[in-house]
Amino acid sequence: MELAAVSGSLAAIGYGLAAIGPGIGVGLIFASYIQSTARQPESGRMTLPYVWIGFAVVEALALFGIAFGFIWASGS
Amino acid sequence: MTGQALALKSEVPFPPSVGDFYLPSIVPWGSHDSLWFTKITVMVWVSAALIMIFFLLAYRNPKLVPTKAQWIAESAYGFVRNSIAVDMLGTRGVRFAPYLTTLLLFILFNNLWGIFPFIQISPNSHIAFPAFLALISYVIFNYVGIKKFGFRKYLRNSLIPPAPWFVLPILIPIEFFSTFLVRPFSLAVRLFANMFAGHMLLLVFTLGGFAMLNANALLAPISVLSWVMTVALTLLEALVIVLQAYVFTVLTASYIQGAEAEEH
Repeated sequence: MELAAVSGSLAAIGYGLAAIGPGIGVGLIFASYIQSTARQPESGRMTLPYVWIGFAVVEALALFGIAFGFIWASGS
Repeated sequence: MTGQALALKSEVPFPPSVGDFYLPSIVPWGSHDSLWFTKITVMVWVSAALIMIFFLLAYRNPKLVPTKAQWIAESAYGFVRNSIAVDMLGTRGVRFAPYLTTLLLFILFNNLWGIFPFIQISPNSHIAFPAFLALISYVIFNYVGIKKFGFRKYLRNSLIPPAPWFVLPILIPIEFFSTFLVRPFSLAVRLFANMFAGHMLLLVFTLGGFAMLNANALLAPISVLSWVMTVALTLLEALVIVLQAYVFTVLTASYIQGAEAEEH
């Protein structure tokens, strides 16, 4: 007995799930930056490069999701 | 006329696909199976030429009180030198400032094609260009590390973190994987995927507008909303473009710094 059937591509759902983690991660990075800058405004410029490095590294995970979606598209 | 503009005139192919990124070639004219000389090639040449000509002109006759062009050129170089190279690599980082400036400007100019009116596709949305840029950065940071420490000590520095001996069997493969395999890959994929996704977003909303306009009378007014979204997303793309050029440069600087650092 079939309860539910799905037709077409599930890639969008998969990518939506994959974007949760990086979304939370990027949010945490900027939350920490805002908090640290609010506590010690003069450190803002010093920590900014690290914010972008952290942001880029975390964001890469979400972007791998886009890339691998196309790489593995022919697999199934 | 390009593939995208032609697609708009005929029945709208929706959703857009990877095929939309392969523009027809210029020599031979209009063929779809030859990729040697396409609009993408011209864009890369134009952005490289623009950067060269601008900097040559700006520095042909340098003045103590700079002209406008010289001021722009000096602030671009000064920004990279002071807030990327020196901030991250110390005073010895000045020797990398020319490479980092070239990298930043080349990526920035190539990315800007992504929102340039009537062109609106970035060469960086093809993996080949980011991949080669990442390869150059990869070779540079490994070369710098090997030159400073020698091959064996460089490997030891970058692979063996200061940790208790019993976690090393796990840590060394992870360090190797992240430093030598994932770094160049993620550097390339980050830039590529950002430009790819940006172009895809613009296509979805532009073509989506046409698709709704053609669909039925009820959906037709909503197509205006879709095109308004296109304008808004173009502004978002402008932010992403500058940010990705900056991030690529900062990460390269950070990798060089990691390769040069004494301690892990």
